Amino acid sequence: MSSERFDFAIAIGGAAGQGIATPGNVLARIFIRRGLHLNAYNAYQSIIRGGHIFLTMRISDEPVHNHGDKLDLLVCLNQDTMDRHLGLMGPGTRVLYNSDTITPGTPEDGVHLCPLPINELTDNNRNKLVQNTVALGTILYLLDVDFQILEDIITMQFQRKGQEVVDENVGVARAGYDYAAAHFEPFTQSLPSGGKPLAVWTGNDALAMGGASAGVKFYCAYPMSPSTGVLHWMAQNARELGIMVRQVEDEIGVANMAIGAAHVGCRSMCATSGGGFALMTEAVGSAAMMEIPVVFIDVQRAGPSTGVPTKTEQGDLWQVLGASQGDFERFIVAPTDALDAFNTVPELFNLVDQFQCPGIVISDLLISEGTFSVDPDAIDMQPGINRGELITESGNGASDIPTGSQLSNGHGLIGAPSNGYLRYVNTESGISPRALPGVEGYAHVVATDEHDEDGVLVSDEFTNPHKRRKMVEKRARKFKNVAERIDPPVLSGSSAEDAEITLIGWGSTLGVIREAVEILNREGVAVNHLPIKWIVPLHVDAIQEVFDQAKKTVIVENNHSGQFHRYLRSETGLSADGHIRKYDGEPFMPHHIVDGVRELLAGTTDIFVPYQEVIV
Amino acid sequence: MSVETLPREEVEAKPVAPLKAKDFKGKVDPDWCPGCGDFGVLSSLQRACVNLGLRPHEILTISGIGCSSNFPGFFNSYGMHTLHGRALAVATGAQMANHELTVFVTGGDGDGYGIGGNHFTHTARRNVDLTYIVMDNQIYGLTTGQVSPTSSIDMRTKSTPFGSVEAPINPITAAIMNGATFVARAFSGDARHLTGLIEQAVQHRGFSLIDVFSPCVTFNKDNDYPFFKQRVKKLEDEGHDPGDWKTACEKAMIWGDEIYTGLFFQKKGAPTLGDQEPVLDEGGAIARRDLGISQEQSDRIIKRMM
Repeated sequence: MSSERFDFAIAIGGAAGQGIATPGNVLARIFIRRGLHLNAYNAYQSIIRGGHIFLTMRISDEPVHNHGDKLDLLVCLNQDTMDRHLGLMGPGTRVLYNSDTITPGTPEDGVHLCPLPINELTDNNRNKLVQNTVALGTILYLLDVDFQILEDIITMQFQRKGQEVVDENVGVARAGYDYAAAHFEPFTQSLPSGGKPLAVWTGNDALAMGGASAGVKFYCAYPMSPSTGVLHWMAQNARELGIMVRQVEDEIGVANMAIGAAHVGCRSMCATSGGGFALMTEAVGSAAMMEIPVVFIDVQRAGPSTGVPTKTEQGDLWQVLGASQGDFERFIVAPTDALDAFNTVPELFNLVDQFQCPGIVISDLLISEGTFSVDPDAIDMQPGINRGELITESGNGASDIPTGSQLSNGHGLIGAPSNGYLRYVNTESGISPRALPGVEGYAHVVATDEHDEDGVLVSDEFTNPHKRRKMVEKRARKFKNVAERIDPPVLSGSSAEDAEITLIGWGSTLGVIREAVEILNREGVAVNHLPIKWIVPLHVDAIQEVFDQAKKTVIVENNHSGQFHRYLRSETGLSADGHIRKYDGEPFMPHHIVDGVRELLAGTTDIFVPYQEVIV
Repeated sequence: MSVETLPREEVEAKPVAPLKAKDFKGKVDPDWCPGCGDFGVLSSLQRACVNLGLRPHEILTISGIGCSSNFPGFFNSYGMHTLHGRALAVATGAQMANHELTVFVTGGDGDGYGIGGNHFTHTARRNVDLTYIVMDNQIYGLTTGQVSPTSSIDMRTKSTPFGSVEAPINPITAAIMNGATFVARAFSGDARHLTGLIEQAVQHRGFSLIDVFSPCVTFNKDNDYPFFKQRVKKLEDEGHDPGDWKTACEKAMIWGDEIYTGLFFQKKGAPTLGDQEPVLDEGGAIARRDLGISQEQSDRIIKRMM
């Protein structure tokens, strides 16, 4: 812990089924109510009972953007945790464990072992989860927190299970608290208080809330880790918010159902992970061909195939880029953290509504399943809504209906003159006003086959190269200057003139790179950082400018093959000088990037792959 | 979009002239082969819509891919020509989002029972309120004649030159077992009978399947018009009770000198998917409701996070 800033990390390790979530939630509530910032990462496995779970909660009186490099307090719920992680603990740290069941290893000098005789403290309570509550009491004593605060949260947490359960839990928490007071030395820094109370959410909550704020009225999904949290939030809030939520037979059905709802006028969204997204890909292209706005979310996990279902990766970029056959227009965006994910979803809905095309959000396990504090005043659930050119009521007559003959591309008239409504009228912008089914006078057919302006197929009985070319160009025109509609990436850290290395990341790596840059700058290494969020459209000019000025460019990404690097090269011809890549399933920690920068500056390697010390 | 609009009531208050079958004619003529069974289905649906007093803009006709899936282009209503096998999934989304529309799904046996089989099962059990008309020709026509999920054993096609060894699916029993609440079979050569069944299906609240023998005159030489003409026998003429699912299944399994058509099974009053969704209770189609959430809702959500 540095003297000026409170920066503290607790880890709780155990097996699935040992109830890590409850103490994690209780602690999170206590921290955010005191105005402490929280960034929690839960390393877990695809098993309901057993295995190993390792929850890291980093808290600070200043914003924290990743789960950090070090631990101050380790809570061992089983022997496995002790055996795996005691070696991570350094001087001044505390290690809590049930001394009835766990034998401590040999710690580094200065580590305080805190054995808890659970049976004695709980009158031989046979509930195995009781050790968690004892540990909570002990943790809060060590952090110099008044017991009443814990009592209040435990009461809230267990209220619906009855007074007896509340009393029992408060009792054992008290026992842990008092035992610690008698036997253990508290941390030198006590838990700060008095900050503005914060809120807590996961990235999946944020994605779902972004959808709800955007006016999503139809959400459907097939459960798939790590995207399922979006479905859970939507299902929980569906009735209160008037959202139709459906669990569908497969992701093919999900994507197509979302498109059906979107076509008749709902803002419609669905989320999955890479495997499910693979099943959705044909539908992505169909939404583009029929020009139906719909939002897909791919929460990446480690692939390929079933891969490592509970581990993170940025490995789906090329899948998303290549999703569906043919050339078509779509937005692809990789939010950089939970709040950004929340704000991005409504922005994306406004874009896909205006440009009548699909939009894809790339998240990952790190963002989606991470637990983060957030300033409640930063959550604006009433963003501006722009639905684009939409016809929702019957018009006065043909004169108000846009037809091909009224529109010009500057080279004479384009489009088929007609008195009727043309769904795909060939406008200068490429955007054709969209009538919703049910509106009298605008009946039309949309088709996944190539079609003319009126929706009639030019794919089967009649094919026509000129009409085909016209329609391809009409759709493409929508995206001509689309990059102007989104914010370009912004360089941060050392100035362009000074920086010895420019780090480029995309999506969820923003927080960890930002901290690595801070560490390096403090240590006198001039480094700056360009975080990329929008994949399509890509701000080629802004990126080119950064590359022109950079002394050495390094791309940081959570995959093996450098997917973003390959994409950047294909779009810009730019190639980075070095790479920091991680593909072991676990997210970057700040020191991984710091170490990488040092190695790359020393010139010992072009591709640095950090070693993952925390094994789960 | 600056389209001037009339208030809805005024539009609805305008006197509505009775429609004719030609009012349901699409922008282009069908590209089906002369003699294709699908013509009979198209004219029957047009006639049924006239008889039911439906207006084109109140209807959404959704198809997948295949000869018969070109249907929406030949029929005047809102239409969606979606992906192969996915029409029922799209239709479920559309029906839930605007349950005031009359939804038809049109397609073939390969589209619905093959590539789309999973959606067929689940749309039936959900009892989505739509009418699914399958033009069953027991062959893949648009790909020039391969075996389909309803092709008979031993049928020789381009992909089974020595005869098919796979047993066909029985759409009628499958639909009943999967929970469909209106299950019928028709022959496109008997347009009057088919029209009546479509009308009943539309009036039925819930998932309605009409499996229509719609001969492919080009690629299926086994199951042609004479084949069916000699065999089809109407359940109505035998006093079949559509409430009796066991007899319905027995009759549906008969495939020989006699093949039954008509309404095999109907379960009246079963709640539709929409009926069971409290979100649809008030406020009309969700597709037409105001977007966004209120300050109170936002406050409640954020408070729970603190």
